[in-house]
Amino acid sequence: MINKFYNNLIVQSIFLMSILIIMGLFIPNWLVFVITKAIAYGLVALGIVTLMRGGLVSFGQGFVFAIGGYTAGLLGTQAGLTDAILLLFISFLFTGFVGLIIGPLLARYRDIFFAMLSLAFSMVLYGVLIKIDAIGGSDGFVLPESTYFGILPSTEYADYMLYLVSIILSGIVSILLRYYYNSTPGLIALAVRENELRVEYLGASAFTVTVLNFTIAAGLGGMGGALNGIALGHIDPEFSYWTTSGEFVFISILAGYLSVPAVFLAALLLELVRSFSGRYFPDTWQLILGVFLILSIIYIPTGIGSFFKKFMDKLNKKKNK
Amino acid sequence: MFDEILTIFLDGAIYASWLFIVAVGLTFVFGVLKILNIAHGGIYALGAYSAATIVPIFYTLGLPEEFVIIAMLFSALAVAIVITPIMERGLLRRFYGQDEVLIVLVTYAIYLVLEDVQKLIWGMKSFYVSEPREILGGVEMGSLYYVGYDLALIGLAIFCGLTLWLTLNKTRSGKIVLAVIHNPEISGCMGVNINKVYLAAFFVGAFLAALAGSFTAPLISVQVGISVAVVIESFAVVIIGGLGSIPGAVIGALIIGMARAACVHKFPEAEIFIMYFCMAGMLIFRPKGLFQGAQARKI
Repeated sequence: MINKFYNNLIVQSIFLMSILIIMGLFIPNWLVFVITKAIAYGLVALGIVTLMRGGLVSFGQGFVFAIGGYTAGLLGTQAGLTDAILLLFISFLFTGFVGLIIGPLLARYRDIFFAMLSLAFSMVLYGVLIKIDAIGGSDGFVLPESTYFGILPSTEYADYMLYLVSIILSGIVSILLRYYYNSTPGLIALAVRENELRVEYLGASAFTVTVLNFTIAAGLGGMGGALNGIALGHIDPEFSYWTTSGEFVFISILAGYLSVPAVFLAALLLELVRSFSGRYFPDTWQLILGVFLILSIIYIPTGIGSFFKKFMDKLNKKKNK
Repeated sequence: MFDEILTIFLDGAIYASWLFIVAVGLTFVFGVLKILNIAHGGIYALGAYSAATIVPIFYTLGLPEEFVIIAMLFSALAVAIVITPIMERGLLRRFYGQDEVLIVLVTYAIYLVLEDVQKLIWGMKSFYVSEPREILGGVEMGSLYYVGYDLALIGLAIFCGLTLWLTLNKTRSGKIVLAVIHNPEISGCMGVNINKVYLAAFFVGAFLAALAGSFTAPLISVQVGISVAVVIESFAVVIIGGLGSIPGAVIGALIIGMARAACVHKFPEAEIFIMYFCMAGMLIFRPKGLFQGAQARKI
């Protein structure tokens, strides 16, 4: 039964990915860009969702987002490494490593204190980044155009290539995360969310699970930062600013912690609202974003993922009958 | 040498008193409503804008100059009266008892809305209202010269803190608020109208934010984006002192105020992130802040 489910999951994901990849050839260029950006934001939000499963919300994912972005950017400008896939992968590993170092420090905190300490980390980084003039200070710097397996795509197809890479990447990440969520530490995280003390009494370590979740979240945040930097072609300290982190938290709350695809859907929704209001109401886009946030929290407090889950549960019931 | 220490001390104290007025409102609202209000910075900005609007009107009326302080007080009051019913009654009330982080996100959304409301009402231009700053003259200390208005801010902060503390601990209604802080459900059973307490507490918090805004207006140029820094700085104060603690806000504001003033004079490069260092350092050594008592764990 479980085996079937996994087979199904992979088949489903590949199916969905191929639809999106083919769709990318026909949709306008701006939408390709918006989806790529949404995937970058979605990857970071997936990290928060991973933490949320363990009952923690980080208000400072901008920290790893910026580290990822700057890693990719500096490798591109200083070391001449422009392969997008390699950059994404290195950023993932490097920020994951950073997460592994500061994870044990943060894992002792809960609730609002965890959120605030992570916020403090991201703002310290912000303060440092705008002071280092060698890497552009508050203006940031421009990334070189990225290549794919040594080939530099023509400007027409540059956006689509990155879109292709990000779709495949997010598909793989989603599948792996689903495996992780259903693994022992993944399930212990849910128990930690419910009642940490009981988990400890039963002999599992909430601390280890939290550090593991934090490391994964950091890696994903770094990858998202690198992808966002490559997509924009530009990196600045704003990546680490608290309002950026606020957007990630919003995406993960809008998605809920039940479903992985819901996170990307929520990220896409946010990106669309932002680009439309930025285009048509340039002076009041924050107002529209704020109202959108409030309405979605009022009407879907458990997240889009809860719809998905309800739908899947119904489907399973019918099958069983 | 002595002059330098005195400068750092006075600059720090002025900065700390401004910070305290903002942060004490934030910590009080958290204490009673359990809401970490990001929109607090937005209310601060509204207070600054409304003072920037009222003060020129006041001067055209030709009233005695000293009364401008009352006009500024009035502008802060007006902001609190308008904003409290909309925010507390209209929105936040729906979320009481829900996840803290969810409520933080709601206040973040309100903050975004307030940012654009400022732009819609007052436009993108900057306002300068430095006239009130001159009414109290200046004070000379050795070779240093300080504007009386700035020093009066220290008095205002002490006054706000003492009034709030005395009201809470020495009056009947203050004790009711303390009871609600301790346990809203049981105080409700005892006949306390909790909704009223929440509304009043939010009003006080909003008023303090607007007050800080309107009394800072003469010191700065009031323009788009003044609320951003306030949010993070007052958060840092509250985290250092312990959420919901008034003495904590005093100490937190003093630590950050002094640290920042010292940085401005000694290491200007570190000015931007010194407060985050303070905040992170405090969280590492005393996770719940300086003045946070022990809490029972749920099993």
